[in-house]
Amino acid sequence: MNGALLLAVGGLTAVGLYLVTGRSLSRIVLGYSLLGHATVVALIAAGGPAGRPPIAGQAEPEAMANPLPQALTLTAIVISFGLTLFLLALARRQRTITGDDLVEDDLEDRRIAASDSMPGEPEDQAAT
Amino acid sequence: MTELISIAIVAPLVAAACSLALRSRPFLRDLAVLAGLGSAALASHIMLVAVARDGTHTVAVGGWAPELGIVLVADLFAALILPVALTIIFVVEIFAIGQRRTVWAANPELSGPLLCVLTAGVSLAFLTGDLFTLFVAFELILVSSYVLLTHQGNRDQVRSGMTYVVMNLLASTLFLLGVAFVYSATSTVNMALLAERIPQLDTGVRLGIGAWFLVVFGTKAAVFPLFSWLPDSYPTAPTTITAVFAGLLTKVGIYSMIRFHNLTAMDDLGPLMLMVAATTMVVGVLGALAQSDVKRILSFHVISQIGYMLMGLSLFTVAGVAGSILFLIHHMPVKAVLFLVGGLIENHEGSSSLDRSGGLARRQPLVAVMFAVPALSLAGIPPFSGFVAKLAVISAAIDRGGTIVVVVAALVAGGLTLLSMSKIWNEVFWGRPTEGPRPSPAPARGQRTMHLATAVAVAGTLMVALFAGTLLDLSTEAAESLRDPATYIEAVRP
Repeated sequence: MNGALLLAVGGLTAVGLYLVTGRSLSRIVLGYSLLGHATVVALIAAGGPAGRPPIAGQAEPEAMANPLPQALTLTAIVISFGLTLFLLALARRQRTITGDDLVEDDLEDRRIAASDSMPGEPEDQAAT
Repeated sequence: MTELISIAIVAPLVAAACSLALRSRPFLRDLAVLAGLGSAALASHIMLVAVARDGTHTVAVGGWAPELGIVLVADLFAALILPVALTIIFVVEIFAIGQRRTVWAANPELSGPLLCVLTAGVSLAFLTGDLFTLFVAFELILVSSYVLLTHQGNRDQVRSGMTYVVMNLLASTLFLLGVAFVYSATSTVNMALLAERIPQLDTGVRLGIGAWFLVVFGTKAAVFPLFSWLPDSYPTAPTTITAVFAGLLTKVGIYSMIRFHNLTAMDDLGPLMLMVAATTMVVGVLGALAQSDVKRILSFHVISQIGYMLMGLSLFTVAGVAGSILFLIHHMPVKAVLFLVGGLIENHEGSSSLDRSGGLARRQPLVAVMFAVPALSLAGIPPFSGFVAKLAVISAAIDRGGTIVVVVAALVAGGLTLLSMSKIWNEVFWGRPTEGPRPSPAPARGQRTMHLATAVAVAGTLMVALFAGTLLDLSTEAAESLRDPATYIEAVRP
């Protein structure tokens, strides 16, 4: 892989992962887009050195870029585009229901954590 | 044969389009969905007979060479799992038709077409012969599952759907990055070529790829510690949708793992995977014990049972992999049936919460029997299918030696499974009926359809136990060809 492309993949992945681990869905959408770009660049970089457009009759086959990763990339871009829209729709729905777009905790987990304090154990609430 | 492979993938997609177009004509819409799902299921059964008789069959889509194009491969492993999966979806759709006009039903205008798309994705994931098409199949399954999970748009569904979608999107991104790594290391994404080239790579690169895909498929399969998205999201969806998800989706992850990690000979990852398997079994069942809702208990059991399938695989022996395959065949119908019974409990009791139900065995003895059979099977009590499958996995582990911790974990998890199943039995089927307002149950005709669909599925789980010997022989044959990919490679590149 080309060094500059490798750096780009690393940088995009790092920022994307940071944003995806946030609570707000709008940040997650941005993070997911960046991660999508990282995979696209990684796929292209995996295809080997750049070359002439891979169209029959335009160049010698040896001088052409590898078309297979480009086909894979195109598929990946379409899928990630559709999913970004779905995430946005989900964020909008969450906003109409709760007024913000934060990812919430599992309610049942909270209930179990609150109700199952061991008998005889001092109540945590008293201390805080 | 080529036609059968195409029907299994294309028929559900055509049905999805037809049922969307016929949205306003309920009868024709349901007919289109059932025809699509039914013909795919029928094709897969004929495919199993043909593959068992004539051996692996491949289709090069569009006539491209395997290095360039998409190859579909119907080997014995795919042909064994596919009929089970497609039949489950068909039976669940019949249950869903019976469940209409209750408050628990999915919206049929959306769930019918989406279930068809999901079916096409499942067929493609099982039949594909290259890593990138596997990614596309995963996306087909996931995109339809995102919408199925959240299509009613109520508060719980959106809340848990967000975790589900974000986790799975992240796993898909990692999958795609993994495809890029594999391509730059081997210049191919075709599985047969990968089976030749990946074992020749440096140990570091090879194990890196193996571990990367362990995380990717592990997230889809909900193994410890990557399962957090599952138990919160599954129970919020309508029961029929949860039945399909629980029966099939995590299994597609474990299927891909069995195929990829065996073909590319990732035997060195075995000890790590065994530890993951043992923790998954125990943590999943402990989670189930803490729950007080039928659907949530069953969701945690999905995780626990994945541990057994991973355990058989991570032995990397023919007997172990065969045990995993048999466990898949046993587990898919059993899990789906348990969720269908969960739907029946909701229908008769007004809720799937343990606190708000009781005494159902007296009023609906048939439902009690239909719960008891798959529940005992899940816990691994003879003579049901779960016993045979667990016996195959555990005896493979004992034969290989050095796996005493995992064997103990498997036995402990089995005992705890029985404990949490008897908790459901005590609270729902015994005890006192509860008072209070309930949503009205399905009309009598709908209830008959639901009971019939569940009974057929229960009979299916009994068939797995009855033909366990034949199925184990077929699984062993499939496992042999997975362990020694020469036949697979030869079938793809004659």
